[in-house]
Amino acid sequence: MKGPSTWYRNPWRKPHVLQVVTWGYLVWSLVPVLAAILISFNSGRSSASFQGFSFQWWAGAPQGDRQGSLFTSPELHAAIVQTVRLSVISMLIAVPLGVSFAIGLDRWRGRVAATANFWMLVSFVVPEIIIGVALFLTFTYTLHAAIKLGTTAQIIGLVAFQVSYPVIVVRARLLSIGKEFEEAAMDLGAPPRAAIRRILLPMLYPAIFASFALVFADVVDDFVTVRYLSGGSNTETLSVKIYSAARATPSPVYNAAATFMLFTTVLVIAVVYVLYKRFGRGQTASATEFSTQL
Amino acid sequence: MYLVVFFVLPLYVILSVAFGTVDPTFQSAVPIYQPWFWSSRYVTLVVGDAFGYQRGVYVRTFIYVFVASLICVFIAYAVAYYVARFGGKRKGLFLTLLIAPFFVSYLMRMLAWINLLQPDGYINKVLGWIPLAPHNVNWLGGYPVTLVLGLVYGYIPYMILPFYGFLDRIQQSLLEAGRDLGASPARTFVRITLPLSRQAILAGVVIVSLPMFGDYYTHDLLSPSPKTTMVGNLLDSAVHSTGQGPQAAVLVFILMILLLVPMGYYLRSTSNELKVRT
Repeated sequence: MKGPSTWYRNPWRKPHVLQVVTWGYLVWSLVPVLAAILISFNSGRSSASFQGFSFQWWAGAPQGDRQGSLFTSPELHAAIVQTVRLSVISMLIAVPLGVSFAIGLDRWRGRVAATANFWMLVSFVVPEIIIGVALFLTFTYTLHAAIKLGTTAQIIGLVAFQVSYPVIVVRARLLSIGKEFEEAAMDLGAPPRAAIRRILLPMLYPAIFASFALVFADVVDDFVTVRYLSGGSNTETLSVKIYSAARATPSPVYNAAATFMLFTTVLVIAVVYVLYKRFGRGQTASATEFSTQL
Repeated sequence: MYLVVFFVLPLYVILSVAFGTVDPTFQSAVPIYQPWFWSSRYVTLVVGDAFGYQRGVYVRTFIYVFVASLICVFIAYAVAYYVARFGGKRKGLFLTLLIAPFFVSYLMRMLAWINLLQPDGYINKVLGWIPLAPHNVNWLGGYPVTLVLGLVYGYIPYMILPFYGFLDRIQQSLLEAGRDLGASPARTFVRITLPLSRQAILAGVVIVSLPMFGDYYTHDLLSPSPKTTMVGNLLDSAVHSTGQGPQAAVLVFILMILLLVPMGYYLRSTSNELKVRT
């Protein structure tokens, strides 16, 4: 007799409930985003329902909208420029800084190194609003004579906590490499500097590329620190614009802006992934390893 | 290289101290740098408010974060458990789909829900087909349900991956042993899997609840109404109104103190893990 209770007690039955939960979760987590991307190609003015396909919110001249489309509005154009500026500059500062921190922290033990390590982790787990507000107060009360709110303040603020990404990624890589290669190089007569430059650094390339992608993506998405430290509307990035307009004046143009950010991030990550594969050859570089590093 | 480290490291420490612990005692926009002159004017003010008319905000924040973390734990554990144990050949696909939300910014994911939850959005349309379901609700008008949903949606990916990483490492032989010794699947789960994963669950809760406590944007985007204000919003509005810098500083301080315990726990466990790996 096969009743429901026998079915329930069968130890080898498939975990149907879990399966439903998992697929349900995956649908729930991804479908809204796909809907938002779709709405950025809306031919109507509504940001709630899709009325037909068009590119007007990307490059056209949508009727009756103050803002215009993503690539034609001067305000959004300035925001795109500011986004790219902030992410490229803070990437170029944070990654080399972080890599040298990581190598230094790995080689050098003691109280100072432990403290520095602790602060890295702290800035990693503290909610961003705390860092953002603390930086805001520092710039407005203490350093206002030297640095005004604006691009410089934004970059300093972003670098201050973005630096922990390369540190964590590169340190993980250093742990798996070990010290043997560098020591072998020095045994063969290389000065410490050359050993780091010729042996260690090339082995770290995958981790370094991964950190470039991480920092870039994170700065593009950031709207907390950037918003607190922006001096005025001319230093607001795309994400800050979206944040402040999403509720007040919803329009598919902000969907287009968010989708544009998503595409940019994915593009950068794809480029980095290609480089990663290239330089990581022979070092067991796989897609899963790459994504776990991210 | 070492020079850079020696030079920049202390600088960074000083900076982080300066940034991390803003002293809560700016008097009429003039900061006092000497600790022996500190006054407690603003601290008393803000702490007084916290126990006075703003108490609701603090209580509410705790409730929202608690409920949202709890929902996160249940969904995340189920999903991670399924993928780790029954993923089989599809594991790679599952993992890709689980990682996908990381590439989409928080902002975009909230924007997606704004689109869906608008009065003329798809959620109301779907609910319109179902008899007895609430009709034409303005979901964005300040419903705690919306806010908690937003929090869960925003932070759950950060919980699933650590859970997965942990559950994947549990040795199958332990579970098989439990089953061989006559325990039912449910009992094996309760007696073996769950106790083993207690630490992972705690860490996951910390990872998710820390940013939730500092969250103000989910409220701003999904339910901008005083009925669902959180502590993060108090802080955010203090920053944006002139002359309230000291209040903001005190709030930062309060938030830091509130989060000290979970943060300390998390930091200790991660540094222990690092030590084990070296």
